[in-house]
Amino acid sequence: MMAYLIRRLFYAVPILLGVNILTFLLFFVVNTPDDMARMHVGRKHVTEQAITQWKVEHGYDKPLFYNRAEHGVSSLTDTIFFNKSLRMFALDFGASDDGRDIAREIKTRAGPSLAIAIPVFVLGLLVNVSFALMMVFFRATYLDRLGVVTAVVLMSISGLFYIIAGQYFFAKLWHLVPISGFAAGLDSWRFVLLPVLVSIVAGMGSGTRWYRSIFLEEMSKDYVRTARAKGLSEWRVLFRHVLQNGMIPILTGAVVVLPLLFMGSLLTESFFGIPGLGSYVIDAIQAQDFAIVRAMVFIGSVLYIFGLWLTDIAYAWADPRVRLS
Amino acid sequence: MIVPLLRIDGLHTRLGELRVVDGVSFSVMPHQTFALLGESGSGKSMTALSIMRLLPEVARIQAGRIDFNGRDLLKLPESAMRDVRGGEIGMIFQEPMTSLNPVLSIGEQVIETLTRHRRLHKRGAREEAATLLQAVGLPDAAKRLNVYPFQLSGGMKQRVMIAMSLAGNPSLLIADEPTTALDVTIQAQVLALLRRIQQQRGMGMLLITHDLGVVAEMADQVGVMYAGELVEIAPRAAFFDHPQHPYSLKLFAALPDRTQRDARLANIVGNVPALDSEFIGCRFAERCEFAFSRCREESPGWTTLADGHAARCHLLETAAVPKSVSVAQTIQLAVASDKVLLQVTDLAVHFPLHSGLWANRRNVIKAVDGVNLHIYQGETLALVGESGCGKTTVGKAIVQLQPATAGRILLDGVDLSALGKRQLHQQRAYVQMIFQDPFSSLNPHLRVIDLLEEGMIALGVEQNAGRRSQILVGLMDQVGLPSRALQRYPHEFSGGQRQRIAIARALAVQPKLIVCDEPTSALDVSVQAQIINLLKDLQAEFNLSLLFITHNLPVADYLAQRIAVMYLGRIVETGSSEEIITRPRHPYTQALLAAVPSLTRPAAANIVNGDIISAAHPPDGCHFRMRCPLAMPICTERYPDEMQLSGTHSVRCHAVAQAERVAGLN
Amino acid sequence: MSWQPVVLWTDALIFSLAGLILFAFSRKHPHGQLHDAWQRLIQMPMAVASGLILLVFVVIGLLDSLHYRPQLPAQPGHAPQYSVEVISVLDTLLQPLREHQEKTYSAPLATRLYVKETMVQPGGRVLRDYPRLQFGGASLLHPQQDWQRDVTNRIMRGSVIGVLFAALLAAVGAGLLAMRRKCGLGALYRQLLGENNRLPWRTALTTLTILSVVIAVMVELAAAYHVFGTDKVGLDVLYNSVKSIRTGLLIGTLTTLIMLPFAVLLGISAGYFGGWIDDVIQYIYTTLNAIPSVLLIAAAVLLMQVYMEAHPALFDSAAARTDFRLLFLCMILGVTSWTGLCRLLRGETLKLRELDYVQAARAFGVSDWRLMWRHILPNLYHLVLISVVMDFSGLVLAEAVLSYLGVGVDPAMQSWGNMVNTARLEMAREPVVWWPLVAAFSLMFTLVLAANLFADSVRDAFDPHGRQR
Repeated sequence: MMAYLIRRLFYAVPILLGVNILTFLLFFVVNTPDDMARMHVGRKHVTEQAITQWKVEHGYDKPLFYNRAEHGVSSLTDTIFFNKSLRMFALDFGASDDGRDIAREIKTRAGPSLAIAIPVFVLGLLVNVSFALMMVFFRATYLDRLGVVTAVVLMSISGLFYIIAGQYFFAKLWHLVPISGFAAGLDSWRFVLLPVLVSIVAGMGSGTRWYRSIFLEEMSKDYVRTARAKGLSEWRVLFRHVLQNGMIPILTGAVVVLPLLFMGSLLTESFFGIPGLGSYVIDAIQAQDFAIVRAMVFIGSVLYIFGLWLTDIAYAWADPRVRLS
Repeated sequence: MIVPLLRIDGLHTRLGELRVVDGVSFSVMPHQTFALLGESGSGKSMTALSIMRLLPEVARIQAGRIDFNGRDLLKLPESAMRDVRGGEIGMIFQEPMTSLNPVLSIGEQVIETLTRHRRLHKRGAREEAATLLQAVGLPDAAKRLNVYPFQLSGGMKQRVMIAMSLAGNPSLLIADEPTTALDVTIQAQVLALLRRIQQQRGMGMLLITHDLGVVAEMADQVGVMYAGELVEIAPRAAFFDHPQHPYSLKLFAALPDRTQRDARLANIVGNVPALDSEFIGCRFAERCEFAFSRCREESPGWTTLADGHAARCHLLETAAVPKSVSVAQTIQLAVASDKVLLQVTDLAVHFPLHSGLWANRRNVIKAVDGVNLHIYQGETLALVGESGCGKTTVGKAIVQLQPATAGRILLDGVDLSALGKRQLHQQRAYVQMIFQDPFSSLNPHLRVIDLLEEGMIALGVEQNAGRRSQILVGLMDQVGLPSRALQRYPHEFSGGQRQRIAIARALAVQPKLIVCDEPTSALDVSVQAQIINLLKDLQAEFNLSLLFITHNLPVADYLAQRIAVMYLGRIVETGSSEEIITRPRHPYTQALLAAVPSLTRPAAANIVNGDIISAAHPPDGCHFRMRCPLAMPICTERYPDEMQLSGTHSVRCHAVAQAERVAGLN
Repeated sequence: MSWQPVVLWTDALIFSLAGLILFAFSRKHPHGQLHDAWQRLIQMPMAVASGLILLVFVVIGLLDSLHYRPQLPAQPGHAPQYSVEVISVLDTLLQPLREHQEKTYSAPLATRLYVKETMVQPGGRVLRDYPRLQFGGASLLHPQQDWQRDVTNRIMRGSVIGVLFAALLAAVGAGLLAMRRKCGLGALYRQLLGENNRLPWRTALTTLTILSVVIAVMVELAAAYHVFGTDKVGLDVLYNSVKSIRTGLLIGTLTTLIMLPFAVLLGISAGYFGGWIDDVIQYIYTTLNAIPSVLLIAAAVLLMQVYMEAHPALFDSAAARTDFRLLFLCMILGVTSWTGLCRLLRGETLKLRELDYVQAARAFGVSDWRLMWRHILPNLYHLVLISVVMDFSGLVLAEAVLSYLGVGVDPAMQSWGNMVNTARLEMAREPVVWWPLVAAFSLMFTLVLAANLFADSVRDAFDPHGRQR
């Protein structure tokens, strides 16, 4: 098992390299540093000089892959590919296009992102699993059908609507919580409450429905009939047998996104003015700051692969068939 | 008068629109086994589930009484019924693979019942669980309580199921096809276990099965079900001595047997009637050769004969009892020539245990490990063995669906395994395959004509479309299907009809050899007889050679001239059918034969012990030595060499070799 | 000829898709398994109801995809000139809505503007009040007294017309059916509306009636009012939101159309061939999956913007520009969304490959490609179909989010995302302007809900025992 996990970890290397090369191609080959400089310096009255100066300031004046001007190792290292792409493997993200250190920015912004993402993840899972179990318990009754219809309606509503409506009613009309903003420390709960609530409600439709179908599938298995034939009550069949088996796909499906919680939620953070990584990304997109976007792409893929690896561990932990073979 | 343990009276159960149980009444006596016999879809499992009130959600019990220990189970509130389930009535299901919860250890699953019904907790429950598991034959049970179901073989899982169903000290055990998913040697072990437990505990048992042999070994009383209704009830002896209902007679006649090798098997024409409407006459009338006008107008009532033997048939009322069903003319026998069509030498097929980038070449499963066999033109060779012995892999390697690791496969003098892609394409028409599951062997998205034409086009058998369809019409006639079936899709046919289509598909490219991979094991007995008869006819007509892969020794004996017995990747004994069936030498062959439930002799005493061993980790020396009653020191050292006993009979066993040497000295 | 047809890229694609679907339906599938599934589908009341609603959206979207340039008023002695503005058939149908522009905001069905203006009375008095709208309720002399009666009248009239229209459609349909079934109308009536019907005629009729009543009421009201009010520059919000339908539909369908061939080909190849081909394909989709999709889309769209600015000569009209951007968005959404289907098909192919009928075909020496085409692909149709309809609603919702992030469709293009984006600021305004938001969300909700319900039915019909996704 241990050997398997280590092997899986090595599997990450070619994938990260692929991500790295792909983003490099996208950002530097499809779109040349000249284009980028022209965009940032301004569209009108661009002089060659201004472009060159911008490139030098931001380190984009080097050749892409091979520097003929240098010798030895530095002919490979003193290039854009090495400086801007490969260095990310050492978690060296450099500075953003407006000159700030990306790594430090990320460190300070991870906290607020997690303050929203973790409660959403934990409470959301709890709420969705409980509703799904309820619906399965009352399966094929009107209660179940009502639940399914509600879930479909909930998931047909745009996430933007939940946010806007939530802000309008809870903050603007009823003044229960501030519309947006963030505070450090314990005081943050007032700012966190609404975004968390809105995110949970927005995810309830699809989550509940998905878990319900997993539980229903388990309900149709033979071992459930065996459990009933033992004289167990329906609740016990549901909680001891169905829940335990159903939690395997649910947990492992949830574990994949666990590391990605660091990335925060783009929409929620930007609407609620939370200084997390999600709003960082949005600001970068809107300011067309490719250095930040590149760094976040890299971090995102590292976290995704880490999530895949955690999934393997979760499987092994939850499923004896994987753990013991 | 003994009070019955369980008395079912006029039970009617519907599954959606289907009348799956339509007025069933019978009683199970204490200490006795009542066997409910019937083919698939006859409603026997639904009857069992109705007793437990564990029916699927679309099913409803419409009428009837189920009296058990002085109460009507159908009137009990759900909470009281839960005390009955697992407590007073235990139940075992057909599929041990899926019937246990995969994420709970077997100990937990047994303890759950003990806690629920016997208020045992912690230490006490664990000890009792270990005792129970030990009693059902799980070795070292106390240490293995924490084992998970996937770590056990099918037979062991079924033992755990039995332990679980016994944990509540039930007075009635319902066993729903408890051994159908198991191999024949394991089936014998489990049946013996069930018999022993029933005697020890004095339980009543309701045994549900489709297998006449199992009934003969286990039952005190027999009930035959057909299309949702009981058609005959009898004590075992009376039933096997003189079955009364025409359907029961047909079931007996459809069983392949040594004595009728040259005759056709009786088959029941037509299909089980649809259960979605009410019946007016006898439900067997359409398929009954004795049916007369009254049978179609009036449903027959029970006619009681001597000592509790009763059947529902108008013939019995008029006392014109048929003594036997007519068995059609003797079959035209295929004449095997002495020309060897297929010669397989040292065939080996190894599978790597891991695949992908990190495959380890040394960790392999030797599914087939040095198999030699040959088939004469027009001959049938049966390859017999239990699941996992590699017999299907041999078949696939011969048809070139599975690359061989080593060895030669000579068909008509051409080595198939050494051919290039193009040369192989030319040879493919000569050897074809028929598969086990008629539902997965036909592409549901193609019409029958497209299925049949595919090979003819791909292999260039007949390029002209007009002539092709002419050939196909003729072929459909030969396999007993109307030519209009060509335009239909596979899902419109029953299992037996689908198997006919699969046979026609293989024949369409005019092969010399057909590998039949358990073509009848997914079919009911009466349909099995149809397919076997068909194969015999076609073999004679086209001078075909058949490699008939099966786990069913009686079928092999009936159909084949020679039998090869396979165990863990190697052939351990081969000989003419008569030699193998009447004078088996290898202890494994003997065990296989002893394990087949018989209608005539009492239950076998010499059951082979132990579980089937995985091909991934075969023991050193002789593979069979762990289960062998004759194992000697030499058996652990090396695999026995082949020893020729007669012109056709050879065996690989140290014990036999030794015995022969001794006999030769004297 | 007074107009010149213009075929945009997306128009061409959407009509070829529609043609493809019609062709697939016109072919005879006598009794295959897919035929059974279709039969099951049209027997589901939910499928029929949501399907009819979707049909209305599709018709609007298709009408909006027939583009042309109208001829400008002829100048004697000159060759005919065509307008630079590309408009669609839908624009022509909604001409009044398009042209009835007010000064600025006005509430739904209002007769006056939403903001006060300084007006000079005939007597010379200067007054600050809400001025009358130029078009909304312009026919009313005394809005305070007559407005309620007029609106009620129009709603009533619309309902009656709607019911009559539905009845007419039903009568024509019934007549045709009676001729085909060769029975009297009375018998047909009893057959169709009775309890035991194979097809859900009653649901169909109810849905049809509701749809035609809603549409007729809208038409009646829109003739004199702005049903959903007007926006900041005085454009009719109803017109805007109806025009957004095409954008939503295109994103939902073209994305799938573009990614489908890749997903199917790669998924089946990976599952069927296994070995290094499988390794490479798995590597490709794991790598693509690893990149956060929003970031990939954002980066690609930003890069495309740079590209379009560098090459302005490639596009001869504003419509072509926005169209190119839409198509590009579909492509990049396709790149990020094919992996799920690909993985699903790979897994399914792995199972199918081992099935006996594939083995039987291999025993005939059928070539790999033919085997995949005849024996594997048809048995994956249902999965492809289910995933296409399931993805549709997600893509429509994604458009709104991406447009909000500034990496969606062109800001000049009518789309629900753009409407929500501008409406967001209006929500912060005092007094609040809520109607553009409500209009956008309610139309989007109707489409997505209908699509979700339809997708559910499709899944139940085509994969009755499979795991629900």
